[in-house]
Amino acid sequence: MNNFSYLQTSQAKDATAAVAGTKGAAFIAGGTTVLDLMKLNVENHSQLVDINMVPFKGIEQTADGLRIGALERMSDVGEHPLVVQNYPVISQALLLAASPQLRNMASIGGNLLQRTRCGYFRDVAFPCNKRNPGSGCPAQEGENRNLAILGGSKACIATHPGDLGVALAALDAVLLLENAKGKQRRVPLVDFHVVPGNTPQRETVLEPGELIVSVTVPAAAHARKSKYLKVRDRASYAFALASAAVGLDVQSGQIRSARVALGGVGTKPWRSVAAEKILTGAPATEATFRAAAAAALRDAQPREQNRFKVELAQNTLVRALLELSAA
Amino acid sequence: MENEPAFFETSPTPGVVGKPLNRVDGRDKVMGKAKYSAEYPLPGLVYGVLKTSDIAKGRVQSIDTSLAMKEPGVVQILTHLNLPKLAKTPNDPEGKKAIGAPMGFLPMTSDVIHYAGQPVALVVADTFERATQAAALVRVNYAAEAPIAAYTDKRARLFNPEKIQDGKQDGYTRRGDAQAALASAPIKLTATYTHAINHHNPMEPGATTAIWEAPDRVTVYESTQGVTRTQKALAAYLGLPQDQVRVITKFLGGGFGCKGSCWPHTVLTVQAAKAVGRPVKLVLSRKQQFTSMGHREDQTQTLTLGASKEGKLLALIHEKTSTTSPWDNYAEANSKIINLLYDSPTFESHYELGRANVMTSTFTRAPGEAPGSFAIECSMDDLAYQLGIDPIEIRLRNYAEKDPSTGQPWSSKSLRQCYARGAELFGWSKRNPKAGATRNGRLLVGYGMATASYPVHNSQGTARVRLYADGHAVVQAGATDLGTGTYTVMTQVAADSLGLAPDKIRFELGDTKLPTAPNSGGSVAAGTVSSSVYMAAQDVWERLTKVAIKDPKSPLFQAKAEDVTAENGRLQLKKDAAKGEHFMALMKRAGMDDIEGSGQGKYGAGYETGRPSNPAGPQNNTESEAKHSMHSFGAHFCEVQVDPDLGTVRVTRWVSVHGAGRILNAKTARSQIIGGSIFGIGAALMEATARDPHYARYTNADLGDYHIPVNADIPDMTVEFIDEHDPYINAMGVKGIGEISMVGVTAAVANAVFHATGKRVRDLPITPDKILSTKSV
Ligand SMILES: Cc1cc2nc3c(=O)[nH]c(=O)nc-3n(C[C@H](O)[C@H](O)[C@H](O)COP(=O)(O)OP(=O)(O)OC[C@H]3O[C@@H](n4cnc5c(N)ncnc54)[C@H](O)[C@@H]3O)c2cc1C
Ligand code: SF4
Repeated sequence: MNNFSYLQTSQAKDATAAVAGTKGAAFIAGGTTVLDLMKLNVENHSQLVDINMVPFKGIEQTADGLRIGALERMSDVGEHPLVVQNYPVISQALLLAASPQLRNMASIGGNLLQRTRCGYFRDVAFPCNKRNPGSGCPAQEGENRNLAILGGSKACIATHPGDLGVALAALDAVLLLENAKGKQRRVPLVDFHVVPGNTPQRETVLEPGELIVSVTVPAAAHARKSKYLKVRDRASYAFALASAAVGLDVQSGQIRSARVALGGVGTKPWRSVAAEKILTGAPATEATFRAAAAAALRDAQPREQNRFKVELAQNTLVRALLELSAA
Repeated sequence: MENEPAFFETSPTPGVVGKPLNRVDGRDKVMGKAKYSAEYPLPGLVYGVLKTSDIAKGRVQSIDTSLAMKEPGVVQILTHLNLPKLAKTPNDPEGKKAIGAPMGFLPMTSDVIHYAGQPVALVVADTFERATQAAALVRVNYAAEAPIAAYTDKRARLFNPEKIQDGKQDGYTRRGDAQAALASAPIKLTATYTHAINHHNPMEPGATTAIWEAPDRVTVYESTQGVTRTQKALAAYLGLPQDQVRVITKFLGGGFGCKGSCWPHTVLTVQAAKAVGRPVKLVLSRKQQFTSMGHREDQTQTLTLGASKEGKLLALIHEKTSTTSPWDNYAEANSKIINLLYDSPTFESHYELGRANVMTSTFTRAPGEAPGSFAIECSMDDLAYQLGIDPIEIRLRNYAEKDPSTGQPWSSKSLRQCYARGAELFGWSKRNPKAGATRNGRLLVGYGMATASYPVHNSQGTARVRLYADGHAVVQAGATDLGTGTYTVMTQVAADSLGLAPDKIRFELGDTKLPTAPNSGGSVAAGTVSSSVYMAAQDVWERLTKVAIKDPKSPLFQAKAEDVTAENGRLQLKKDAAKGEHFMALMKRAGMDDIEGSGQGKYGAGYETGRPSNPAGPQNNTESEAKHSMHSFGAHFCEVQVDPDLGTVRVTRWVSVHGAGRILNAKTARSQIIGGSIFGIGAALMEATARDPHYARYTNADLGDYHIPVNADIPDMTVEFIDEHDPYINAMGVKGIGEISMVGVTAAVANAVFHATGKRVRDLPITPDKILSTKSV
């Protein structure tokens, strides 16, 4: 970890100005990603701008749906009755993530900006296109068991490791962003993260110094009846090998609307419109779910060690839909 | 052994030994008062941080420390260019032997790089943070060569070593003609098992605090399983007499074998303290822990069984191939347990090694026995299914009434009782013999079991007792408490041996100033140190008896020494207990403030033969001279529930029953068995260090990505011990339990997975991908 300066402010405009105007500066919220990566020398920020005093707070039902301030903690959001009752997939995604200690520190905004667990990325002795553009991607022919089968490129196959983004991708969440000029814009979560292509160092559409202010999730029947299923190497405290965020509105056995996103398998939270198309209007049966799962994984490009994820992700999705429709 | 008193005879009254006494050091640990090796705030202390190699093979072309030296607070940067010269290094066989080094290579003695993570510089600064920052600023230019990552690499040179483990084990063993027996056996089974790289990952990483008290005298607070072994190693490295090196380990946060030897970072820290003339503390980072203190090697085993149609073994042939370092022929000796667990008339084993750019692997909890038991216990399960025989029954049909590998009778063996009691506690009789036939909703339910065994390694040690006339005692032995309860059980043994309450005893350990005890490794500590303490107490009684029989005012005046015994702190006549007095009365009258005694405890073959051997380690050859073969035995029973679509395996019930001699403390013993079983469940289901095949460098060297079990992975566990009285092993009748607790665990889990799914996964760990990709048989 390098030496850095530290600035704390309660004003969004001071924070955005500081980060936009200082080379190498970054925000720090819970610090569970940014400090981890600085200790590994993967990130070397010259300044950390502490935004925990910025009042991006609140977990509330608005006319648009659920609004969550970007600085709310994962544990507070996950346990909030409004979220538990009306957006169970979000609550479950949060509470199945990390550990209680991490969830008590980690913020909603920070969670969406967590970085891959690719072992090559996290060790500066290795080449890695994401960390050091142009240096190569040893994961393609190396230890890629936990890496992505969807959305990868020759340059990078790093998984987006988070859970929350998957639930938000399923439920059409929209992020409110604010830049250094005080200008705000809205970006759907599914457009917020980008696939690596030839520029794996670029992971989101966030501009330098731009802040996530809040997340809005529209209310819907498929949000009230929703579920997150996470499969991992141990019973708790592990990233997903595969996960599924699903929402269903079923009326007399017919699916009226469906939402599907996959985690642990994509280079970004992986919404599957193809699966949703198959589900919508079809009977809520295992056969339908199987067909949807096959569609969701049709474009999968597995590598040697992560081939199992093609089957695992389908089974995870089918199971999530079965359990949700039976509930 | 004939002349030695035994605890059974001298302490017949029920005391505190065996009781579930709470840890005597528990309060200090909870209060943060227990000081670990990195917690001594010595005046002038400075902090060392290692800079380790990015590459796995090649040379250091140049090191630029100029930027790092400019950082505030930096005191010194050591590299191969300025490391103070050592009297000996392990770089040659003679030096390695003298040091007792676990690895035939000391980094920073030349520019050569043999493995990723090898130390290339040691930065010393006035704070840990500054040293860390400066280490990042040291610029190393490497001339890199293509490394070899494992024996599986096509370029790896494979060879059959004549000996493994510095000559301690044969690379080839043969008993009878296994090939001929196999050729004519009606049933033949061959299976190949692989085991991932595992790291010990004790909670407390490797840590050294070194202070030179004088130009030729050094004190080292070290995170080690044996202060004496570290002392000897450092004395050899430094060219100092052993008594000029003092090693202290008051508390240890786990070891599991990785702290059983003196590794490079320790001597490098001692040299750094010499170079800067101030005490230096160095703590390995979690990432460095993965490349500093060894690991369990990646390995493949092929086991071939020949059997009769009734399931009686006729032949066993075992082959193991594993990765070793560029210099050492290290391999866990898997074949030993396979050679003795069942009554097979023939046996053959071969070791094959492949050199790669890795550090030398080392003993990891139940070294050899753990992976060896995986192979034999899964294969016995296969045999049972193939013949339609119950897995316990197949084991009983091959029950070894004596040690098949040596022909010696067992000193004690309660394995039959372990099977029976374990089966009863577990409800084994409810098992549907058919695999893949028991369901709980979507989940497949499986029962599996496996046998455990671990040797009583020959060892010895000494202890000192100082008994005070006011009724308390200080008891000392240079042993280590790995966190498992040595302080507590030795307090119990001293209490009963001296007839005092446990709170009247202070037990001191972990210092080379104290009488020498063996390394806490190979499960020798409890048996050896308890015997030493007990013998030291007997010495005190003998001395006091001499005083009593000469004292006209004593009721024992003019009694014969051999007629006197000690019970509950009283010296009294064996035949007439009323005739005697308490030691406090005797000592007060004699004007004695205190009295000291010392004793030597022998463990294992040395106890039976009366010929002790090397106290610093469990390996020796006295064992073949003993009349008996000495082992603990046990059985693990496991229930798993497997999700066939998602590939997840959960252990839902667990029963372990062991026969391990006298149990010194019901609570700490239970915790040991639970801990070892969890260690094994980790190896069975999730633990695997990934080494990149091209860079020979780990890609998951942290506890976020190297998975060990969390609470949610572990069910309530049932642990029981069979009452076992073994008079041949030591004065206390104690066998160790630290290692046997993990033996057979991976097989019990894998066998349960097979019973649940009909899938035989022979490649550890059994992660969801392997459940999905393995076909049912
Ligand atoms: C061992 C371990 C296990 C984990 N397991 C899981 C898991 O299972 N599932 C899961 O989902 N996550 C997991 N995580 C990740 C964890 O959830 C994230 O680290 C956490 O959510 C990040 O939030 P933070 O507030 O601490 O972010 P920080 O570390 O403070 O910030 C992360 C990044 O976001 C930026 N940032 C923070 N807030 C804002 C904002 N409002 N606007 C713009 N930029 C911002 C920072 O500059 C930084 O670049 C795990 C982490 C660890 C260390
Ligand atoms: S997958 Fe991406 S993050 Fe991993 S090594 Fe390749 S470029 Fe780097």
